[in-house]
Amino acid sequence: MDQFLQQSINGLSLGALYALIAVGYTVVYGIVQLINFAHGEVFMIGGFGSLTVWLALFEGNTAVWVLPFMLVGAVVASVGIAILMERFAYRPLRNAPRLAPLITAIGVSIFLQEFVRLFYDKIPGFPSAKAKIAYPPIETVTGTPFQVGGVSISRPTLFTFAALAVCAVLLWYFVNRTKLGRAMQATSQDPDTSRLMGINVDRIIVIAFVIGAALAAVAGVAHGLRNTNIEFKMGFTAGLKAFTAAVLGGIGNIQGAVVGGLVLGVAETLVTEYVPGQFGGSSWKDVWAFVILIVVLVFRPQGLMGAKVVDRA
Amino acid sequence: MHQRSVVRVGASLLVASLALTACGSRGGETGGGTDKKTATIGMIVPLSGDLAALGLGMRNSAELAIKQANEANAIPGWTLKLDAKDDEAKGDVGANAATLLSGNKDVVAVIGTLNSGVSEKVQPILSSAKIAQISPANTNPSLTKGAKWASDPKRTYPGYFRTCTTDAIQGPFAARYLFTTAGIKKIATVHDKKTYGQGLVESFSEEYKKLGGQIALAETVNPDDSDFSAVISKIKAAGVQAVYAGGESPVTGPLSNQMKTAGLKLPLMGGDGMFNAKYLELAAKNAEGDLSTSVGAPPETLPSAKKYLDDYAAAKLPDPYEAYGPYAYDAANAIIEGLKISLKDAKDVESARQPTIDAIGGVKFDGATGAVSFDQYGDSTAKVLTTYQVKAGKWVAVETKDFAKP
Repeated sequence: MDQFLQQSINGLSLGALYALIAVGYTVVYGIVQLINFAHGEVFMIGGFGSLTVWLALFEGNTAVWVLPFMLVGAVVASVGIAILMERFAYRPLRNAPRLAPLITAIGVSIFLQEFVRLFYDKIPGFPSAKAKIAYPPIETVTGTPFQVGGVSISRPTLFTFAALAVCAVLLWYFVNRTKLGRAMQATSQDPDTSRLMGINVDRIIVIAFVIGAALAAVAGVAHGLRNTNIEFKMGFTAGLKAFTAAVLGGIGNIQGAVVGGLVLGVAETLVTEYVPGQFGGSSWKDVWAFVILIVVLVFRPQGLMGAKVVDRA
Repeated sequence: MHQRSVVRVGASLLVASLALTACGSRGGETGGGTDKKTATIGMIVPLSGDLAALGLGMRNSAELAIKQANEANAIPGWTLKLDAKDDEAKGDVGANAATLLSGNKDVVAVIGTLNSGVSEKVQPILSSAKIAQISPANTNPSLTKGAKWASDPKRTYPGYFRTCTTDAIQGPFAARYLFTTAGIKKIATVHDKKTYGQGLVESFSEEYKKLGGQIALAETVNPDDSDFSAVISKIKAAGVQAVYAGGESPVTGPLSNQMKTAGLKLPLMGGDGMFNAKYLELAAKNAEGDLSTSVGAPPETLPSAKKYLDDYAAAKLPDPYEAYGPYAYDAANAIIEGLKISLKDAKDVESARQPTIDAIGGVKFDGATGAVSFDQYGDSTAKVLTTYQVKAGKWVAVETKDFAKP
């Protein structure tokens, strides 16, 4: 039983990370119907942004007060990249056929990966990004785990949960309780009519990108703290998993993205523990995760959360 | 278009080889001979990319050996020069380099590669040109003994040799250390399913079970994974005393770090792929107490290595010699020893290629890594390995043993 609880906690922790990234996919899709495949790289840039702040200002310092600065660095880097991406890669293609921005997104994704890989060590004193880079351990957040009965809960796990909870509440408040949030809901339902009602649709789209990027940036920091390292290609797999989570929950649906992320994380972790024999173990977790996705899509094509909130598809 | 690029490559190669001749022959000219013939020793190692540090240390060491041979006029009537090509640690790039080298009539032997996977591509090309190849760093057993190296060893390429020991010895060596010296009777294994990691864990497990140890859990991960929490929880539940991990530092470093962050304070042991500074960086403070094996004795402790280390330091080279520098130095000297026989009466390099392979098979000398000679498969006869442990943030040698003498 302890082992089951332990693996569930591990899975929820991983799932919370997926959920933070998945929300970005979903919000952008809900507004512009674009699968932004470069969103995984926005998450990766968040990790590198926080590392950059640490290396430039606090190198060697592992006190907890450094963390807010790193978070700010992550958010600034990710949001900056997302705004540039929207302005120069997607906006010119706003009225192009659906396939064009999708291909562009893949191109942007590869561009950002290679850019970080090739140029990170060109900043004097910075390590090469060609191999994994150790992430700064922030003592209070990465120290000894807590013991609750037979289950140990690591501190980065708590950080990831807390980050997801805070972000989810803020996002819920923003979407449902602010004027801008309601404008966003309106745009997602019908951009043309919204424009007639005086809503600046371009601005709403930028805001959707910004929200997604900010959450991905927090996820980038959480990833660094949990996994103790970051690398230039971490965005690709994480992005794919988050996209899966978004589809699993019902793409375009914010709650769905959170639920989808958590389900995916738990599923991945539990198969490592409970699928015996040849098809078990950690190396098969991706296979099982996608089997679950296919099964859900076959029997419930709209995803786990049928009720669609921010969606017009 | 195609032709133009051929011209461009040709021109840059010409410039490069001129530049190399210039540095290579400096020593030879002082030797006095005016109408000396030139033999080229090729080299295929990563000079750029993730593993460039290892490759540069190897290249510098080989250059040092060749410079010394020219200065001492080791082969009367001949000047040696080095032609080092970059393989970027990639098989197809290495194969290109091998094709270029085997097309050069002056190339008599090749030092390289660093990666076993690259050698698999390079071996057949050099072999069909009858060019001897000595690798300072390939540890996969199948390169010398064929795919069924454990049950039915067969030498596949008669011109292939190596100066380092193989994973077939490294795994069992680690098993003996953990079981006998450290007294650890119950362990878990993890590998990343890559040729290196899987081979290491398999050879380790066989010996560990033979000794009477219990492998409570055998897990695998994906090479690109960076979250190991599920595997770590399984290891924790298995109640083992240590973890043996097959993989390079990008997998083993984070694994060790996350294990200890999750409260699982066990030593993690692995092979030469994690015996480097990157591991210490990725595992950070949590590396303390972790173990690894690596081929040979620590060069600082060997009297035969002292001359090499002094000469390397005196040459004021920009890059450190790294883990495989001494092996590259010995590989170069093994070729030079062979050439002393094969080039003596040769009229050109091409006719001396096969005799060079025959001669290298019989060389015997004291090198920087200890006694250098090859068995009937082309493997180094030296079976010396060292166990290292992380102490105060540094790899420290704890035990050096000859595997042939248990």
